[in-house]
Amino acid sequence: MTKKTHVTTTINGEETEFLCEPRQSLLEVLREVLDLTGSKEGCNNGNCGACTVLLDGLPVDSCLVLAVETEGAEITTIEGIAQQGHLHPLQQCFLEGAALQCGICTPGFIVGAKALLDRNPDPTEEEIRFNLAGNLCRCTGYDKIVRSIQEAADRLQSAT
Amino acid sequence: MGGLTTLSGFEYVAPTDLTAAATALRDAGGRACVLAGGTDILVQLREGMRSADLVIDVKKIPELLQLEYAPDSGLCLGAATPCYQIYTTADVVNAYPALVDATRIIGGWQIQSRASVGGNLCNSSPAADSIPPLLVHQAVCHLAGPEGRRSIPVSDFCTAPGKNSLQPGELLATLTLPPQPANAGSAYQRFIPRNEMDIAVASAASWIELDDSRNAIKSARIALGAVAPTPVLAEEASQFLVGKAPTEENFSEAGVLARQVASPIDDMRGTVEFRVHLAGVLTQRTLALAHQRVQDS
Ligand SMILES: Cc1cc2nc3c(=O)[nH]c(=O)nc-3n(C[C@H](O)[C@H](O)[C@H](O)COP(=O)(O)OP(=O)(O)OC[C@H]3O[C@@H](n4cnc5c(N)ncnc54)[C@H](O)[C@@H]3O)c2cc1C
Ligand code: FES
Ligand code: FES
Repeated sequence: MTKKTHVTTTINGEETEFLCEPRQSLLEVLREVLDLTGSKEGCNNGNCGACTVLLDGLPVDSCLVLAVETEGAEITTIEGIAQQGHLHPLQQCFLEGAALQCGICTPGFIVGAKALLDRNPDPTEEEIRFNLAGNLCRCTGYDKIVRSIQEAADRLQSAT
Repeated sequence: MGGLTTLSGFEYVAPTDLTAAATALRDAGGRACVLAGGTDILVQLREGMRSADLVIDVKKIPELLQLEYAPDSGLCLGAATPCYQIYTTADVVNAYPALVDATRIIGGWQIQSRASVGGNLCNSSPAADSIPPLLVHQAVCHLAGPEGRRSIPVSDFCTAPGKNSLQPGELLATLTLPPQPANAGSAYQRFIPRNEMDIAVASAASWIELDDSRNAIKSARIALGAVAPTPVLAEEASQFLVGKAPTEENFSEAGVLARQVASPIDDMRGTVEFRVHLAGVLTQRTLALAHQRVQDS
């Protein structure tokens, strides 16, 4: 067995240290070593986006990142989206808008949508669909997801 | 769900020096692979299409993360620079629109945050989206090996599906794209059965330069993807346009000529006939879009 590597990162604002083998993906380490099971494994090959996290502010598929690559990086997972015990408007709107059924895709959509709204606070429907093309949902048919993101964008904008 | 499908074991190094990376690659004698954004290689390692004892991450080598542009010297692009960074850089969007078209459609945003043009080129798929744009923009590949450096035109890089002219121990360091003359524009399009997130059935990139009157084409380059063992330049179609007016009729004629270099395969994505047809249509459309971009500039 390969020697384990010591990695120091910041996850959801907290400095985090872990040991991992080079072959372990960031998704594996989040779920199996750090017990952050909010990020989901859908396909494990970059197609579905269920494992989306922010790596230094940009959305990535954590199944296609080696955990050893994240030395010194800042990571945000779905567990870091709610603030001080309050759901993020995206989470609230997904709930109210029934934008999920089985829920496997939801963490990835919320993290991806957060990245989008951080850069583009008022995206069009087309921009939402294009930017979240890397997130698949086999249950909802996407319309409720798109509408919930638009609603969250409205709430975030009227709050500022 | 049981445990995740894991990769088999390997060592990982992330050198900060290019020669050190090349030496490690050579010394591993074929048992090492280079990791840029990992969006091809990690999938291939996991699915058993490749195996490695050593993974060499090149994203800590500053030269490979460059993105330098100046109007009179052109673009110097580090091999590992991710697509996202390319299409969010306004100067690059203006000067090399065909390349930017490709970087916007390689996977979704999560892929684009990591996937590099260098990785796309080194993976050397006949359908790789960035290669036709690199061909029409006359990119030069700067390679670094343990013994030194050499440069080759991108048209000499890919040799067969999944194969290229990198020698053992050699890495792609940077790509340079020459500066753009006045009145030039480019575009890239592909055909896929879905709206996004798929592999091209056929694709085309076009680059045109108009004369000062903008009524005649001074020079043109057309390249096709997914219709031959490697992406190819359509020389005859490109030559045909020189001196001609930038009209739909001439673009359509160039499309017909471009089809001659298409020698595609039949597979589940498309038949030979369909791919050849697409090559013509996409040539015509990308010429028209490249022309439109010159007019708008
Ligand atoms: C879901 C998904 C969707 C995709 N969609 C598209 C698409 O639409 N169009 C498309 O063209 N591709 C697509 N791809 C394939 C892939 O994302 C691209 O080819 C990408 O550009 C590869 O870049 P990378 O930096 O991730 O390369 P890596 O995976 O890191 O490397 C690719 C190959 O090049 C080698 N390599 C990388 N850098 C160097 C270097 N500097 N020197 C020498 N060798 C090197 C690696 O060893 C490996 O063999 C998709 C992949 C996924 C998973
Ligand atoms: S599990 Fe990572 S993209 Fe599907
Ligand atoms: S809610 Fe089931 S996959 Fe989206």
